[in-house]
Amino acid sequence: MIDEPFDVVVVGGGVVGCAVARLLSRRELQIALLEAKADVGAGTSKANTAILHTGFDAVPGSAEARLVARGYELLHAYAPSAGISVEATGAVLVAWDDEQAANLPTIAAKAAANGYTAARLLDATEVRELEPHLGAGVTGGMLVPGEHLIDPWATSLAFAEEAVANGCVVLANRHVTECEVGAELTVLRTGDGEEVRTRFVVNAAGLYGDELHRRFGFDGFTVRPRRGELIVFDKLARPLLGRTILPVPTALTKGVLVAPTVFGNVMLGPTADDIDDRTATGSTRAGIDALLQKGRRILPALLDEEVTAVYAGLRAATEHSDYQLTASAAARYVCLGGIRSTGLTASMALAEEALMLLEQSGLVAPPTPDDRLVGVHRTPLGEAGERPYQRGGRIVCHCERVTGDEIAAACSGALPAHDIDGLRRRTRAVAGRCQGFHCIGEVCALAAATDGRTMAEWLGTP
Amino acid sequence: MAGHAVSGDRVVVVGGGPAGLSAAIELRIRGVRHVTVVEREQQAGGVPRYTAHFGYGWRDLRRLTTGPRYAAALVEHALHHGVELRTGSTVTGFGFPSADATTVELATESGPEELRAAAVVLATGVRERPRSARLVPGDRPAGVYTTGSLQQLVVLHHQRVGTRAVVVGAEHVSFSAVLTLAHAGCSVAAMVTPLPQHQTYRALALATAGRRRVPVRTEVDVAEIVGHRRVEAVVLTDGTRIDCDTVVFTGGWVPEYELARRAGLAMTPGAKGPMVDAALHTGQRGLFAIGNLVHPAETADVCALDGRDVARSVLDWLTLHQWPDAIEPIEVEAPVAWATYHSRGITLRVDEFVHGRLRLTHGGEVQWISTPQTWVPNRSITIRSGEMRTTSRPFADHRLRLDVLR
Ligand SMILES: Cc1cc2nc3c(=O)[nH]c(=O)nc-3n(C[C@H](O)[C@H](O)[C@H](O)COP(=O)(O)OP(=O)(O)OC[C@H]3O[C@@H](n4cnc5c(N)ncnc54)[C@H](O)[C@@H]3O)c2cc1C
Ligand SMILES: Cc1cc2nc3c(=O)[nH]c(=O)nc-3n(C[C@H](O)[C@H](O)[C@H](O)COP(=O)(O)OP(=O)(O)OC[C@H]3O[C@@H](n4cnc5c(N)ncnc54)[C@H](O)[C@@H]3O)c2cc1C
Repeated sequence: MIDEPFDVVVVGGGVVGCAVARLLSRRELQIALLEAKADVGAGTSKANTAILHTGFDAVPGSAEARLVARGYELLHAYAPSAGISVEATGAVLVAWDDEQAANLPTIAAKAAANGYTAARLLDATEVRELEPHLGAGVTGGMLVPGEHLIDPWATSLAFAEEAVANGCVVLANRHVTECEVGAELTVLRTGDGEEVRTRFVVNAAGLYGDELHRRFGFDGFTVRPRRGELIVFDKLARPLLGRTILPVPTALTKGVLVAPTVFGNVMLGPTADDIDDRTATGSTRAGIDALLQKGRRILPALLDEEVTAVYAGLRAATEHSDYQLTASAAARYVCLGGIRSTGLTASMALAEEALMLLEQSGLVAPPTPDDRLVGVHRTPLGEAGERPYQRGGRIVCHCERVTGDEIAAACSGALPAHDIDGLRRRTRAVAGRCQGFHCIGEVCALAAATDGRTMAEWLGTP
Repeated sequence: MAGHAVSGDRVVVVGGGPAGLSAAIELRIRGVRHVTVVEREQQAGGVPRYTAHFGYGWRDLRRLTTGPRYAAALVEHALHHGVELRTGSTVTGFGFPSADATTVELATESGPEELRAAAVVLATGVRERPRSARLVPGDRPAGVYTTGSLQQLVVLHHQRVGTRAVVVGAEHVSFSAVLTLAHAGCSVAAMVTPLPQHQTYRALALATAGRRRVPVRTEVDVAEIVGHRRVEAVVLTDGTRIDCDTVVFTGGWVPEYELARRAGLAMTPGAKGPMVDAALHTGQRGLFAIGNLVHPAETADVCALDGRDVARSVLDWLTLHQWPDAIEPIEVEAPVAWATYHSRGITLRVDEFVHGRLRLTHGGEVQWISTPQTWVPNRSITIRSGEMRTTSRPFADHRLRLDVLR
């Protein structure tokens, strides 16, 4: 079945692995993407704050600073043609006491050191004029006009779909548990005993990147998940803010922000808790309560609105403050580890980095001629642009106005959805304020009619 | 004749549930020539379409029937009376080009469309607050439903949903969920309510949960949902763990207020539906609101009576072109959670079990007072307009005020 051996296997189908697979698929190479879950983009890449960062607050001189800045340029340029919704709202950093206000010039200087010169300091009155719904106690601020919102799900999907269109093989439900590096080939074994042979391997395994790294006989970093919980508010809250409202970062964390989403909701979060369990993607009472308390101070009226979703994501934090990017020519192996809290933005730059490291390790990767490359053009899901229902069609999910055609399309094609969650990421069906109260039956029936499985399979009914 | 004067005007009803359909039927009976009901689902009928048990139609049709039969009867009456039913069309917004006209923006299967209306009746109904909006922590496994989503899957799509469920809530609709689960072959491990007792009629509780020996766990709430892919258990606030593969969140009514909010209407605090006066006018000329959008939630027949009532107000507006200057809220004091007008008078809710005399005052003067009794939260409490001392409205100078004399 599988056309082995591959030139390169990418382990991990998060946004980083998908970006790598996409870039490699544009070379004359046999590529495969191995993902443990049933779908791409279903790990940390599905649960973040969805901001396309300028990198103004990164550590100057770090790999992260360089790759976030580069990734921002690349993704910003790529998104429109691929149909990934991006919205240029900008952000305002808000100081809530004198100490924070006094810290703003230092942050502005850091931004400049990172090559970001568009930031502008504001006094309290200017901040309030920009964001009249802010709570009491603003002491100053800084405008960061370049911060963008992005559709995080479409990003992973677009990368993966483009990779597949250009010949990459996506192997889902393949958890790599063993690696054997031979003279010419590396054998990867998956949980159910399947073997995949490849010349080169890219480790993009996110939270499990350190485990895979050790299986290749390397060491140097250990992932300790940092959980971030988030609350998404109803779209009726969207008029409460014009742009992303950032806190003044501390040494420990970027802090809790309030941000619009490209879908027109408002997001509050994330928290930052160091935990040991790499599967603890649940929200907690303490986390939710802490967020509400912060939100009440930042944007009091936000708390009067209904909540649409609560979720948590795990950052692949390590003992180091920077990305862990390594390569071994002997093992024909590249590691993209410790991609903590900026990986969505940096994804395309990390792909470039991976290709460079692969080539340095001996991979020959001649570019595919342009006329043989296929692009991907998704239907953008953002509220700022036109949505399919506006041209007609039967609306099935009413809160998000998703049409039957969109649902059917998401259940077929090269990378179809397999469960309601996957459908939600592809179309926004069932992701709205009613969470399926009105539409779960219709959505599910349509999905089942499209791919021939039963509604029970779609719903995960035991 | 009023019927002639208004015959050329079009009235648009948004939402084809019991309230909207009943309004449309009554408007036709009273001589309005063009009555259009816009319904976003493929079938009109609203929530009763998928509530398969008895309990519908008593107050409006004068017979007791099941939800689907009730919905079908209303649709049939509407068609019989010449109501134009536009199913599969969503109202997306309104324009107010002049003081006496409203444009209704639609998204239809063939594209956008605009209808011009002399009056619009909002009847978009209500939903149940889902798990996320209740801020219940835990992972997000499959197997979490609301009564509405459960009943659609079971009644309209003949699905099983799981084998063992916990029902969150113990009001009327929660017991309706117990029936549906039983019908779908799913046992109920427990019903859970933070209140000290269930909030339905004893007979209903006995006939549904009692007969099936479903324990009602009082004074506890769900603290966490356990399970990665599929629900494995719920943990209660007292630390108890109940193994189950399904959780149904019931009640927790939120009006479908998006259109009303986007049209700039003032909302009743607590109820979250558009504020109306006794004749069901909203704060926007030409816009009326009825049904569970206004009072979350009453039984379907009460919503239907709203529909009949609003027809008279719509006709007055079409003939006289008069609109009240201001829509005043009914002020409430805890434990009264909210109060609003509806077809039968005033409907209100309390948010705890409270014993005492419920009192309606106006400028310090008592308009209505009850005998001492226990008021039950999550249950509809009605003060009939005929029972109030002053029936001439609007009340001048002061707002009506509701409280409980303990
Ligand atoms: C709360 C929060 C907020 C964030 N906000 C932002 C933001 O606003 N902007 C931004 O740019 N970034 C943000 N991030 C960071 C961003 O989400 C991550 O950096 C990015 O998603 C990491 O992608 P990844 O592909 O490395 O990891 P993942 O998405 O975790 O993907 C790794 C994949 O590898 C698979 N895998 C693991 N081990 C194996 C194996 N052995 N075999 C096969 N498959 C395997 C996993 O199943 C997983 O799908 C945020 C993160 C969090 C948690
Ligand atoms: C789960 C559940 C169980 C219930 N059980 C009972 C019971 O046993 N007995 C009882 O008497 N009552 C019951 N009720 C209460 C009652 O049946 C309903 O709430 C009642 O149907 C309300 O009538 P309505 O017309 O106000 O709203 P709905 O019946 O909700 O109708 C509103 C309609 O408006 C449509 N709509 C909304 N927005 C738009 C838009 N923008 N454009 C076009 N159309 C739109 C909707 O699709 C819907 O069809 C139950 C309610 C629920 C939710």
